[in-house]
Amino acid sequence: MNNVFQLVWLIPVLPLLGFLINGLGRKQVSKTMAGIIGSGTVFISFLISAAVFFSVKEGNTHVAHYFDFINITALKIGFDFQIDQLSSIFLLIITGVGFLIHVYSTAYMHDEEPKDFAKYFAYLNLFVFSMLLLVMGANFVIMFIGWEGVGLCSYLLIGFWFKNTNYNIAAKKAFIMNRIGDLGFLLAVFWLISKLGTADYHTVFASVSKLTVTDITGITMLLFVGAMGKSAQIPLYTWLPDAMAGPTPVSALIHAATMVTAGIYMIARSNILYTMAPVTQSVVAIVGLSTAILAATIALKQNDIKKVLAYSTVSQLGYMFLALGVGAYTGAVFHVMTHAFFKALLFLGAGSVIHAMSGEQDIRNMGGLKKYMSVTHITFLLACLAIAGMPPFSGFFSKDEILAAAYERSPLLWGVGVAGAIMTAFYMFRLYAMTFLGKFRGTHEQEHHLHESPKAITIPLIILAILSVVGGWIGIPEVFMHGGHRLETFLEPVFAQSNALTEKHPLSHVMEYTLMGVSVAAALAALVFAWSKFSKYQKVEKEETGLGKVLANKWYVDELYDTIIVKPVLSIAKYFNNIFERKGIDGFVNGVGKAVNYGSRQIRLLQSGQVGIYVLMMVLGILLFFIIQLFL
Amino acid sequence: MEIKWYIGLAVALFCTGIVGVLTRRNSIIIFMCIELMLNAVNLLLVAFSKMHAASAVVQANPNVVSDAQIFVFFIMVVAAAEVSVGLAIIVMLYRNTHSVDVNFLNRLKN
Repeated sequence: MNNVFQLVWLIPVLPLLGFLINGLGRKQVSKTMAGIIGSGTVFISFLISAAVFFSVKEGNTHVAHYFDFINITALKIGFDFQIDQLSSIFLLIITGVGFLIHVYSTAYMHDEEPKDFAKYFAYLNLFVFSMLLLVMGANFVIMFIGWEGVGLCSYLLIGFWFKNTNYNIAAKKAFIMNRIGDLGFLLAVFWLISKLGTADYHTVFASVSKLTVTDITGITMLLFVGAMGKSAQIPLYTWLPDAMAGPTPVSALIHAATMVTAGIYMIARSNILYTMAPVTQSVVAIVGLSTAILAATIALKQNDIKKVLAYSTVSQLGYMFLALGVGAYTGAVFHVMTHAFFKALLFLGAGSVIHAMSGEQDIRNMGGLKKYMSVTHITFLLACLAIAGMPPFSGFFSKDEILAAAYERSPLLWGVGVAGAIMTAFYMFRLYAMTFLGKFRGTHEQEHHLHESPKAITIPLIILAILSVVGGWIGIPEVFMHGGHRLETFLEPVFAQSNALTEKHPLSHVMEYTLMGVSVAAALAALVFAWSKFSKYQKVEKEETGLGKVLANKWYVDELYDTIIVKPVLSIAKYFNNIFERKGIDGFVNGVGKAVNYGSRQIRLLQSGQVGIYVLMMVLGILLFFIIQLFL
Repeated sequence: MEIKWYIGLAVALFCTGIVGVLTRRNSIIIFMCIELMLNAVNLLLVAFSKMHAASAVVQANPNVVSDAQIFVFFIMVVAAAEVSVGLAIIVMLYRNTHSVDVNFLNRLKN
């Protein structure tokens, strides 16, 4: 069974091949071809990943060395892939969900020009390649290559409809915010290399004891800054809602299921460093929890179907960071997985709705779509139940695990986390009720066009819905079933080092039941409230007031950043442009030109054509030489 | 005779030549003035060579005296060649412009 490890290099190379074919031949390939190449390569990668997963499940792990990426005297960084429990799970998520979204895209993007269609698939494949590189790399440098690659693809895909200026601005915002985080990541890698002389996971994690507390805290903090940018945490989260400018399948793949979880992957990968830096862990937990709450409050008042989902993603990512911060690494990875299923499903469902509504995204103009789009409706409902944490859907298990772990650390964290979960249930069912229940509130023309989406859209929805329902069953907590948490057993080797260092205080079964009961009951109450309140929603033209207005305006965070960062930077740039650039540099360069021009104009007058003057000059010149010779 | 008289004569000749070149417009006169300057220099060369004939350095190596004077002959030969070329130019100038005034020689200006 080890032979399958010989093939791991194919997993990222196939999407890269798809990128090259679709990207270079975008004017030649037909739409059908582009779709088949794009989806097919990812599907084969998925098959290999599945084979790899089963091999890993039997207990095999593997580090493959291909060539030396950097080789300077003492520093040696190989182009290595590491296949173990953690990366094999991510491989399955990326290629599996990625494949479904590729299939979905063939229908969703069907109205594009053939060359744009091929370009879209090329970008998507490049993204899958970068993401695979990120999770497969066996050292921080290879991870960084993928880390940058996914940022680039995110930029390209957010700005896919680049003729719209706002979309370009959103793309730039995402890229710049990611770059801020990436700098932190890069500094952390430099720090690691300068202290340990290597970036290989194995060597670094084996020699953590050589690092001082300051080093570990600094490195983990900087790594976390990288995660903040990539995974949209406070203070760098504002790019993610704007990233919804991209096509909806892109939002599903990049900005919900995979790329934004890169930060979680990175921290889970370097879990031992974080376990040894309690200060950073607290920071991670607090930042994660605040993000979860802040984003959830904003989501309560958004009216754009994709914006609600975007803030919900930010909020769920916050939960994952909370899990990482309290040391529940398995819980974080578990939530990444279930979140990938139900959030991808929600986005794809939203895409299906937007498709049917001919581009309308405002839920105030929807309503009553239940009777027109039955598959979308049912799958969307299942996803909402999953994200709201209703048992026995997948979100229940992962969220419950995170909340239980938070309670072990501090009941306060748990309390705030539950408040977030209540809000999650509320805004998700507000979204659901306003979209699918009640009466249709759009224009007559839109109502006429309403239709269920084609099979290429509904089949991925159905598959993801099944996964959203059953996906949590691999992590059934100990109280329900002994040995039910198969994911934990599976991931055990990855987190063994951290687990050995932390003391476990398992909660009593009664306590655990109580916690679950409270959070589920509260979420259920919020769900029912939202359902009853918004299922008969009537469109009213009314200005939001008070707190509602603050929430609808996203706590004015964008305005705040605009005032304290963007505007000062722009005015400094403007100053340098006008004064330093125009007057200083341009003035100097143009001045040299003007001086030469003026000088030559004056000297030209000497060429009078009078022989006498030439002779006089010659004599004066010779005299000058004499004087110099005699006196100097 | 002392060397200063030779030098004085040579300087006077040379200055006459310069002034002539600078002030006159007739190209033949200018040409003659150039010859004057050339000969002032020749005169100096011969004078200095004669002066140094008595010095100890030259006593040890008598050939040096004749070297300078031979050099003067070379200059005279070159000057003669130059005169033939120069006069030929002036003749052609006269044929083209019916004048030997150098101030007419400004056609390259524009």
